[in-house]
Amino acid sequence: MDTIEKIKEQIAENNILLYMKGSPKLPSCGFSSQASQALMACGEKFAFVDILQNPDIRSELPKYADWPTFPQLWVDGELVGGCDIIMEMYQQGELQTLIKEAAAKQVSE
Amino acid sequence: MTVESIIEEKLLAAFSPLHLDVINESHQHNVAPGSESHFKVIIVSNNFEGERLIKRHRAINAVLATELAEKIHALALHTYTEKEWHDYYEENTPLSPKCLGGSKKSA
Repeated sequence: MDTIEKIKEQIAENNILLYMKGSPKLPSCGFSSQASQALMACGEKFAFVDILQNPDIRSELPKYADWPTFPQLWVDGELVGGCDIIMEMYQQGELQTLIKEAAAKQVSE
Repeated sequence: MTVESIIEEKLLAAFSPLHLDVINESHQHNVAPGSESHFKVIIVSNNFEGERLIKRHRAINAVLATELAEKIHALALHTYTEKEWHDYYEENTPLSPKCLGGSKKSA
């Protein structure tokens, strides 16, 4: 499967998806670490893709997303943003709402 | 011209910011001394009025597309409108500690 197709499928199949460096338990970048911690603190299950293990996604996703850096949080098929946006939304309580709503949809589907 | 000053110049031109900080944070990362790879930008501009964070970040990424492609590895963005900046500092004013008497303090 070509990389863009793979990315589209991942985004379509996972309501809450974090593209990051490393894993939530063993992040390889401070920004990915912060982002995954905020997401974990929302208390819902989420999917992640370690882009260091997937160099094809690492090179193609920024073009597809029109977003140059990682991490990238995708919710309901849309790019929410990177670490700074995730943190700011978390501090405002907006991330928790967004994630809870997306998780509820995933269950009911 | 340093990457730092290119970022400054482009953001000043594009957003007419009321406040702009471009901070080279590369020394906090695993790169050679003197690198210009990791930056933090704090920008206050009324161009951001009514725009969600993702749109603001996309606008900045577009202005710095060449630098992001060629030089910048990480770019932390903190974007505010004048009102947001004012509200933020109203709640988080960095206060200096009060004097406790110093040398004139009676024992």
